[in-house]
Amino acid sequence: MNEQLAKNFAPGHSACAGCAFPAIVRAVLGEVADGTEIVVANATGCLEVTSTLYPYTAWKIPWIHNAFENAAATLSGVEKAYEILKRKKKLPGGDKKIKFVAFGGDGGTYDIGLQSLSGALERGHNFLYVLYDNEGYMNTGNQRSSATPFGAATETTPTGKVSFGKTEVRKNLMDIVAAHHIPYVAQANVAFMADLKRKAKKALSIDGPTFLSVFSPCTNNWKFPTSQYVNIAKLATETNFWPLYEIENGKYKINWATEKPKSLTDFLKTQGRFKHLFSEKNKDVIEEMQKITDDEWKRLVGLVE
Amino acid sequence: MINKTYKKLALTGGAAAAEALRQIEPEVMPIYPITPQTPIIETYAKFQADGMVDTEIIKVESEHSAMSAAVGASVAGARTVTATSSQGLALMNEVLYIASGLRLPILMVVSARALSAPINIHGDHLDVMGARDAGWLQLFSENAQEVYDKTIIGMKLAEKVNLPIMVIMDGFNTSHSVENLETLETEVVKKFVGEREAINPLLDTSNPVSYGPVALQNSYFEFRIDQEKATLDAKEEYEKIAKDYEKISGRHYALFEEYRTEDAEKILVLTGSAAGTAKVVVDHLCDKGEKVGILKINLFRPFPHEEIAAVLKNAQEIIVMDRAQSIGTKPPFYTEIISSLYQAGEAKDVKSYVYGLGGRDIFQKQIEDVFMGKVDGQYLNK
Repeated sequence: MNEQLAKNFAPGHSACAGCAFPAIVRAVLGEVADGTEIVVANATGCLEVTSTLYPYTAWKIPWIHNAFENAAATLSGVEKAYEILKRKKKLPGGDKKIKFVAFGGDGGTYDIGLQSLSGALERGHNFLYVLYDNEGYMNTGNQRSSATPFGAATETTPTGKVSFGKTEVRKNLMDIVAAHHIPYVAQANVAFMADLKRKAKKALSIDGPTFLSVFSPCTNNWKFPTSQYVNIAKLATETNFWPLYEIENGKYKINWATEKPKSLTDFLKTQGRFKHLFSEKNKDVIEEMQKITDDEWKRLVGLVE
Repeated sequence: MINKTYKKLALTGGAAAAEALRQIEPEVMPIYPITPQTPIIETYAKFQADGMVDTEIIKVESEHSAMSAAVGASVAGARTVTATSSQGLALMNEVLYIASGLRLPILMVVSARALSAPINIHGDHLDVMGARDAGWLQLFSENAQEVYDKTIIGMKLAEKVNLPIMVIMDGFNTSHSVENLETLETEVVKKFVGEREAINPLLDTSNPVSYGPVALQNSYFEFRIDQEKATLDAKEEYEKIAKDYEKISGRHYALFEEYRTEDAEKILVLTGSAAGTAKVVVDHLCDKGEKVGILKINLFRPFPHEEIAAVLKNAQEIIVMDRAQSIGTKPPFYTEIISSLYQAGEAKDVKSYVYGLGGRDIFQKQIEDVFMGKVDGQYLNK
């Protein structure tokens, strides 16, 4: 593997073939400025499990996994320890600049870790929180989270005679995070690498809390061939299902737009989790999903000055 | 050499803990309020506000995050303390096991309090008993003096053995009662505790370490066995540090305190603030010719089974007073004592009483009745 790419996160981890997060981790950490060291905290989840099967580790940089819901709180402690040890000239290995990065899935971020994240954002710690959003509890075998889209089938929102899958609209985490008035919040997509890297670089260059929400398709539980994660991620943005935008000091900016967005069905039909929607009786569910997507896009456009 | 330049102060147990912490001057302190612990963190926050200490105080949004941040700070290499009570300790429960499993020397002062439901803010040992299998060292205190002394001993012990420790006082009975105590000079305390020498700190970026990996069937078991051994070994370290502390303070805290047990026929086992009341009762009964004594637990985790059995085997009657139930089985101290005696081959009758739940007062009269066999049933002052 390319040495530069594997500088922080080595090959040999056990993530699924066709999983998006190894590329996300490498892209984000690759944007840390030269001469700045990195320390990572990781919420329980696929990334944590597949990267540190004792006695092996894929991490070539300091890394801590505490529990599921507390990556942000854990990093609060690490960051404050850094501040005082630096002040007291007691940093191991002498004075240096360190950037702190947390990684969590949507379960660990939208749901169980939301309080811990909110607390850390409000306190203003100097860290970047990276959400890799695969829209459900994939590590435990595909259960719904509050990031799971309306209409998706999961093991806890199965389709059946009287069910079309998830009946609730996913939470808007970007707005929740932005409500903490932090300097930089951005939504990115693994299929738009240049945009992701630019946002990571920007987020990492800011002193204070920053947040990246990155679309991260799951081959296993969204049910698509392992070769397709980039194509599917691309469709998510091209259909306006996953807009690329950023909120800098409260100002919204859309980073990718087209005059003619693709139909949401182009995205839905690529994945087994939406397969049940393509029956006559669920036609209105797809219509509802298209409406949710269009309304959300219009709302976002309205937020841009 | 006993240090003669001590100060005499009148402080609550909570303020005594804060005073010891001021002298220790931890590097990171995640804090979250809960009664009856709050005076500790408030007092410390004022020390910080007045420029008396240099500590990163993290005002977190829950006890779960307090313990999570403590893990982060400690793993990073900083000397780390926090404090809690009751529901807060219960909320931390998940992360307590992670702190001990990662072998992090976090000091936590606990004002022990009852657990809900029904809600009750008063003294009780149910909260700390609920954490007794979490892999933390647990050190109980009888009064403000002991809280002060054991906070200092506890910090040194934790960092010596790389395990987290709870220094425990009774909520309100000790945490909010003003008592006289002697404190040491700050420089003496600082020298005694020394600096933390962290092993493989996370901030050593030239020696990157992965903390908290997945360990499966082929390795998890070994991690747990190693942790148990380290915890059992901490008993000897405690004794050494307690002896060293005696040299600077003149006060000695053995694994447990024996009070008039030399020729006692009846020995009462208990801990915490009630031990002070019980000592008065013992003095009174001994004056009347009764042969009674007390064994007061200091170190509860690791539990000193052999040493306790060696004392209790000489008694004709053993009585255990617990300030907690273990619903569905027998109370915690009682089962430990039964276990100590059985392991030592001493089959003895041991009486079990539960007292003081939810802050219910315990009086000399009731303890005297316990000694004299005049109590019906298992509960005192109910």
